[in-house]
Amino acid sequence: MRAAPYGAESGQALSVLLDAPDDFAGFRQAARALLALGAAPDGVHWRWNDTLATRAAEGDLFADGKLSSAQDRVLTPDALDLLVPAPGRPVHIRKAQLAVLRDACCHRNPARFALCYRWLWRVQRMPQLAGDALDADWRDLERLAHAVGREIHKMHAFVRFRPAQDASGEPLHVAWFEPEHHIVRAASGFFMRRFTNMRWAILSPDCSVLWDLHALQWAPGATAAQAPGPDAGEALWLAYYQSTFNPARLKEQAMLREMPRRYWKNLPETQAISALVATARSRTGHMLAAMGDDPGEGEAAGAGEDS
Amino acid sequence: MQTIAKLRILADAAKYDASCASSGVKGRDSLGGKGMGSAEGMGICHSYTPDGRCVSLLKILLTNFCIYDCRYCINRKSSNVQRARFTAAEVVALTLDFYRRNCIEGLFLSSGIIQSSNYTMEQLVEVARSLREDHDFRGYIHLKTIPDADPQLLALAGRHADRLSINIELPTSQGLQQLAPEKSASGIASAMGDVARHIDEARQEGQAHAAQKPVSLPGAQRARRARPARYAPGGQSTQMIVGADGASDAVILRTSSALYTGHRLRRVYYSAFSPIPNASADLPLQAPPLIREHRLYQADWLMRFYGFAHEEIIAPGATGMLDLEIDPKLAWALAHRQHFPINLNRAPKEWLLRVPGLGGRSVERLLAARSVRSLRLADLQQLHVASAKVLAFVELADYHPRPGALESAQLREQLIAQMAQGAVQRRHSGMHLTAAGQMALF
Ligand code: SF4
Repeated sequence: MRAAPYGAESGQALSVLLDAPDDFAGFRQAARALLALGAAPDGVHWRWNDTLATRAAEGDLFADGKLSSAQDRVLTPDALDLLVPAPGRPVHIRKAQLAVLRDACCHRNPARFALCYRWLWRVQRMPQLAGDALDADWRDLERLAHAVGREIHKMHAFVRFRPAQDASGEPLHVAWFEPEHHIVRAASGFFMRRFTNMRWAILSPDCSVLWDLHALQWAPGATAAQAPGPDAGEALWLAYYQSTFNPARLKEQAMLREMPRRYWKNLPETQAISALVATARSRTGHMLAAMGDDPGEGEAAGAGEDS
Repeated sequence: MQTIAKLRILADAAKYDASCASSGVKGRDSLGGKGMGSAEGMGICHSYTPDGRCVSLLKILLTNFCIYDCRYCINRKSSNVQRARFTAAEVVALTLDFYRRNCIEGLFLSSGIIQSSNYTMEQLVEVARSLREDHDFRGYIHLKTIPDADPQLLALAGRHADRLSINIELPTSQGLQQLAPEKSASGIASAMGDVARHIDEARQEGQAHAAQKPVSLPGAQRARRARPARYAPGGQSTQMIVGADGASDAVILRTSSALYTGHRLRRVYYSAFSPIPNASADLPLQAPPLIREHRLYQADWLMRFYGFAHEEIIAPGATGMLDLEIDPKLAWALAHRQHFPINLNRAPKEWLLRVPGLGGRSVERLLAARSVRSLRLADLQQLHVASAKVLAFVELADYHPRPGALESAQLREQLIAQMAQGAVQRRHSGMHLTAAGQMALF
């Protein structure tokens, strides 16, 4: 194997600095270069700029040499590319696997990029590993990706827009959402395709996104107080939620499994839950007590996997 | 009456219908349009009510006035509930408002029968037409179809709706006759047949269109011929009420199986008969048989995705009922022990799917992994499927069930006890939360 030209012989580890917490394109570019250089996973540290806002506020971190002094071992993906003398042996993985890596890189777990790289590095050395769906690293990656996929899905489901106006008096629908992972970017395309002809913004603690009818605009994180409160029309939605509930089938556990409490504070309808449960108990409680609790309950979803 | 008051009445009246999914339509968004909406294949549950059900669509009746008197229905003529009626414009406005807030995927509209079947159906179609044509709404629309309405109206409904459903209501025609005397089983069946035919034709035309070469036009323009009209691309579903008549599970599954093969239904929903206010005297007030409903969904799943025939799930000559204590796949395995243990390294996929406790996704992963190496017990642990239920029925390179265990007369009881224990452990260990922490990378 070629001697690593980035100074591995000096015993110092190499740090890669990515653009954002969910910078998969940067990771991919860097990983390609590192694989070509034969860099072992435990000699590579992954860092990232914490929020999209850092980039927006500071511009290109490297253009003005901000990080250059103590950072001779901190490289961006672009800088890494310059170190690669010739294209390396490519690692072939399937499209579906790439999608898993992409999702995994949005996870909050600080080891996500290292895990992705370690798996790729192992696949490069042992190509049949790519087909081992039960390899421990791969299963960890799938778990990260699954958590991210679920959170994206929940964001698509639980974002609640409220009508408001922007500074110039134009109508703007605004939502406040607190995702568990770095998914705002990954989840935004969905809203763009669904609400193409409506101006909307989603605020979140790490970053915010605005659709201006032409493009998605990124902005720094926000606070809940910056989002509008309930409007008069929301009463209709609350009335619907209350009326579509069937008190004869109380199944709080099934509800909590799909709509955990951490989402509640940003879902207006959840304010009705405790009253619905209390009255349901008093109306039909005696009948359901006779049924016992069935943790396996749940319509199609519950009945599916594991049958 | 104010909109909000009507909404309360007409949502309440619609809540007993379970068939409220929004899946099955792909590749539609509002890019290049004037309105809003999209459908990307997988339906989205925007909320959950404390009954554990998903809120995906605005599920309402246009009106709960009805000239029929179906015994199990809260809206029947003889019930003394408060009545209300929406205008088409009101439903359209509500749908758009909820959609804009991102509270729903679209509309599920049904109605009591007023004046005549045709008149009622016209009103339903008008709502869908207005959403699509006046507002360029591209979200999901599910229309409940009135079986004896004019076939032309059915055709129109399918053009605007993503899914159509006609409720079969009860598993047998005798049950229907007894509890919904104004409805006719043959009318329902023929309407389902019509819808199935329309769906088929539209699909075939769609495929033919996609396969077509672009037509060359003079002036170097190339164009395809106009797209054929769409017809309920999300397919057709139905709902059966469980526990209102005397039909056994065997009869229910046979009926479902016939619907899946005969009319190629996308889904059959089972709705445990819910006690309703102002119940008809024919129906004793009783707790809804929720566990039975759950077992039926599991059995239905076995028919659709696991290769089981309905007569395998409930053997002829048995009680005709699903075991409420254990799931139907485990029940089948216990009754057919001679086929087990299944060798996970060698058995074909069909047999892996028959192992209790192994879901389709786990089976796919096992198949992928065994194509590169031999599977071991640790692999089942890795997949979190190394439960007592699975281990009783499989063997691996380094694992075999204890000799005689499979033949033991106590196996069923042992498994029930172990599963109960496992459920308790899972509940307390927070298994999912530790998964990421277990990585130990640094
Ligand atoms: S036709 Fe029967 S089931 Fe439908 S609303 Fe009228 S009474 Fe109820």
